[in-house]
Amino acid sequence: MSDYCILEEPFYQPQGREVGLYEAAYAARLPVMVKGPTGCGKSRFVEYMAWKLGKPLITVACNEDMTASDLVGRYLLEANGTRWLDGPLTTAARIGAICYLDEIVEARQDTTVVIHPLTDHRRTLPLDKKGELVQAHPDFQLVISYNPGYQSLMKDLKQSTKQRFTAFDFDYPAPELETTILAKETGLAEGTAAKLVKVGQAGRNLKGHGLDEGISTRLLVYAATLIKRGVDARDACRMALVRPITDDADIRATLDHAIDSTFV
Amino acid sequence: MADVDSDLVAYQHPLMRQYWARLDSRFPQVAEVFEEMMAEALLVIDRPDLDAYLDAAGFLGKLGRGVEPILVFLEEWPSVVAAMGKEGHIVLPRVMDFVKAMQKSPNGKAIAPFLQTLAAVARRLQSAEQLQHYLDIARDLMTRTTGSIHGHHTTFPSPGLPQLFEQAPRLLELLSIGGLKNWVEYGIRNYSHHPERQEEYFGLRLADSRAVLQRERRGTLFADVERQLSLYLRALWRDDDQLVPYSTAFDELRKPVPYYDRLGLRVPDVFEDSGAIAGIDRYRAVLAHMVGHRRWSTPQIADNWSPFQRMAVEFFEDCRVETLLIREFPGLRRIFRALHPKPVEDACDPETTSCLRHRLAMFSRACLDPDHGYRDADLNEFVRRFHALLADGPASTAEIAGLALAYVARTRRQSDQLPKVRFEDTVIDYRDDNRHLWTFIEDSDDEDFFDDPNKQLAKESEIVGLPPRHYHEWDYATQTFRPDWASVYEALHPSGNSADIDKLLLKHAALAKQLKRLLDLLKPQDKVRIRYQEEGSELDLDVALRALIDFKGGATPDPRINMSHRTDGRDIAVLLLVDLSESLKQKLGAGEAAQTILELSQEAVSLLAWAIDRLGDPLAIAGFHSNTRHEVRYQHIKGFSERWDDTVKARVAAMEAGWSTRMGAALRHAGHYLGARKADKRILLLLTDGEPADIDVTDPQHLRADTKKAVEELDAQGIATFCLSLDPGADEYVREIFGNRFRVLDRIERLPEQLPMLYLSLTK
Ligand SMILES: Nc1ncnc2c1ncn2[C@@H]1O[C@H](COP(=O)(O)OP(=O)(O)O)[C@@H](O)[C@H]1O
Ligand SMILES: [Mg+2]
Repeated sequence: MSDYCILEEPFYQPQGREVGLYEAAYAARLPVMVKGPTGCGKSRFVEYMAWKLGKPLITVACNEDMTASDLVGRYLLEANGTRWLDGPLTTAARIGAICYLDEIVEARQDTTVVIHPLTDHRRTLPLDKKGELVQAHPDFQLVISYNPGYQSLMKDLKQSTKQRFTAFDFDYPAPELETTILAKETGLAEGTAAKLVKVGQAGRNLKGHGLDEGISTRLLVYAATLIKRGVDARDACRMALVRPITDDADIRATLDHAIDSTFV
Repeated sequence: MADVDSDLVAYQHPLMRQYWARLDSRFPQVAEVFEEMMAEALLVIDRPDLDAYLDAAGFLGKLGRGVEPILVFLEEWPSVVAAMGKEGHIVLPRVMDFVKAMQKSPNGKAIAPFLQTLAAVARRLQSAEQLQHYLDIARDLMTRTTGSIHGHHTTFPSPGLPQLFEQAPRLLELLSIGGLKNWVEYGIRNYSHHPERQEEYFGLRLADSRAVLQRERRGTLFADVERQLSLYLRALWRDDDQLVPYSTAFDELRKPVPYYDRLGLRVPDVFEDSGAIAGIDRYRAVLAHMVGHRRWSTPQIADNWSPFQRMAVEFFEDCRVETLLIREFPGLRRIFRALHPKPVEDACDPETTSCLRHRLAMFSRACLDPDHGYRDADLNEFVRRFHALLADGPASTAEIAGLALAYVARTRRQSDQLPKVRFEDTVIDYRDDNRHLWTFIEDSDDEDFFDDPNKQLAKESEIVGLPPRHYHEWDYATQTFRPDWASVYEALHPSGNSADIDKLLLKHAALAKQLKRLLDLLKPQDKVRIRYQEEGSELDLDVALRALIDFKGGATPDPRINMSHRTDGRDIAVLLLVDLSESLKQKLGAGEAAQTILELSQEAVSLLAWAIDRLGDPLAIAGFHSNTRHEVRYQHIKGFSERWDDTVKARVAAMEAGWSTRMGAALRHAGHYLGARKADKRILLLLTDGEPADIDVTDPQHLRADTKKAVEELDAQGIATFCLSLDPGADEYVREIFGNRFRVLDRIERLPEQLPMLYLSLTK
């Protein structure tokens, strides 16, 4: 169980009152949904809260191929018979961990429904194949993250799933705050961090006009890390902020120009 | 006459027979294809222009140059008209004039090559004005290179002319029309006396001609960087206005200057590199400067100041906005400084010349360039004061005007009044003409344009139909619903002529082809295989073998060795709700080529309906507009179960714009229909050109908040709403209402292509 504990305090810069509100939700063991674009600090927030509450954290990165068994558990074939292996969700429910299903919409909808019984007052998890009904540990809590920015209407949470969660709306932090985050996370000077944020803003302005998502805080952290290691700021920006997000020549040229106009 | 001809041309249709008669041609090759070509021509050429078209073709058949000119003309002309939009009929007489001139000269052989590439040329030039320039250039080449060889009389045709025609499409890919003119000029001047060389020059086979081409294309063409510039505006400045090019090549006297007005930001059609600054960066400098004015300048009353004072205010204000721009993006300083002239301190003689412009340009240079090196004490003092004024904030146009007036007063000289003005090094060509900076108290043109917009629809509103349905409306001020607030009347949309829609669709034939390919990819392939299933309908042999090997080898096998099939899950119902408010009458583009947003919407709706019909998703279409909360009109254009057929097309053809946009009520009513559908995905697609508004509501927030509420209500019903907005200013409110589910179309002209594409990408 200590495998899942977070020993060192993760750096987390609150954007508002989310820390206190999360504590309240946890105290009532309410399921939590953290909404927001990729790389805006959702996972970091959950990690930080697990540390602050002193609870183990089990994270599952969801994907399209995932089935209910991948969450719940399955029988394994072995040379001398079969053996049941708990999935991460079951483990979390047993040991009283916070179970974090990252990017839940990536999973198919028939997969996501297995979490429903854990989210209402019963707090149970039926293991149909094993014939067991797991009663969740009192410390157990379910957290999901969800990026509502997907433009595909095909990938969305069912209303019946959404209705089971309390939610936090995250977004990329305001410029001053994001500057602080970059500086504290990487040790980069505030002035340079502010310039990175400026470039990030330019990218975000193109969201919906050729870019599906803007430039994330995560990518800004990458750029800051590179600069901190002595890479030229313009190279770092091109490499961490522009090349990863687009192959569109016009957008590249525009963002490259924004970089050259910002770092002189 | 009843010989071979009538056999060949036994056209069924009386009209076709009539056209053939008008053409008056005997070529069997023409007869063979005539009907086909006419069908194409009828799509783009307006009826009244048909006779002129047929006469022109007939004329070309009688030049004594064989079948080629008439055939090429019949083949190419419809495309020329399509490229010219509604200016097609202006162009025809001009083209025929030129043809006659060629025929009269020894250059008749060049007629067919001329016609052959005319459509490609027209597509690149886009306007009758530009095409006229092309004709002038060709005519100039013709007159100056015909027959003058070795002093002979006009018996030799121009060797370069047919070559020019052949190369023209390629040349215009690379050159602006101004560049083409220079390139031709060079060829005439250097090779008018060497027929072989001239032919090679115009055929681009001479090193020289390629070098000149290269030189002429040093410029950056607007057409090539338009998208990059829009992205630049948006990414760096959050501005999304239209960009409109103006031609620079033919206004020798007064070079046009950038400016902006209601229709957008006006920029030159080409920019050459200037020293180290590339053309694209010159464009960026122009745009940044105008953005600066849009952000920070406020109009001043011009009447109180002399022209000199106004000039000074403009210079100072330009410097102020540029200083602020550089604060945002420091890299701009390098570009501005490189493009800004550097007036020499003592270059202007105040004894003989008016030096005010010169002084102001020096001041401007000094504001941008800390290393200006000017010694003049007044100038240095004012530069200091300028920076002090801007030290802790943007200051204002009025404050900077005060400083400008003080500077004029301090440095005034008698000679400022002299008629001889020093212009050298005072023109800063990336700056706009500052027309936005002035208002005049005199001749206010604030006419009251109000003529009752309700009048024309008054008749329609008397339609008797179903009793209204009432919907609540959200009042954000009190955070309550006003019950039964909006009355929605529904009716079947009136019908027009379905053939009009077929005509529109034909116009987009190429796009349709492209869509068809995409649709085939999306079309439900009845069975879809789902792999990696623990339980499934059959064994997935590949995976099972792998698992067995793992197992035998002592590793843990993957138990997901089955696969199953599912009939494709594409179970989508979609309702397209179209804003039919007054503002759709707005015209886009200029002159006769202009199209209204309504027309574009009709094209887009037709293409979308066509595409979805092929795909098989049930689609309903409705239009709406409102005249206060007492009268929201909701018109059925297509029902879910109707096919995309002539009945439906006829309704689309009759779409009309009027009144206002009470969006919330219309959305709720659409939700009422969509909610009744049983589909996995229910999508409400809203096409609008503006924000919710109605004449009985003054607070713009009210209907926005109500629409937002309506979207939330739909979401709770499991209906996803997506808004496609044509309002360039939509960024201000659209996210607030629709969350992430919106797109703002930057170029409305592309709506017909974008709407179906959007749908496909949303449901991929
Ligand atoms: N509020 C924040 N405090 C500290 N670091 C942050 C914050 N927001 C973003 N970050 C940085 O951004 C990176 C990406 O955030 P993450 O939580 O992984 O994003 P996601 O929203 O995709 O889960 C983190 O690794 C961290 O460096
Ligand atoms: Mg200006």
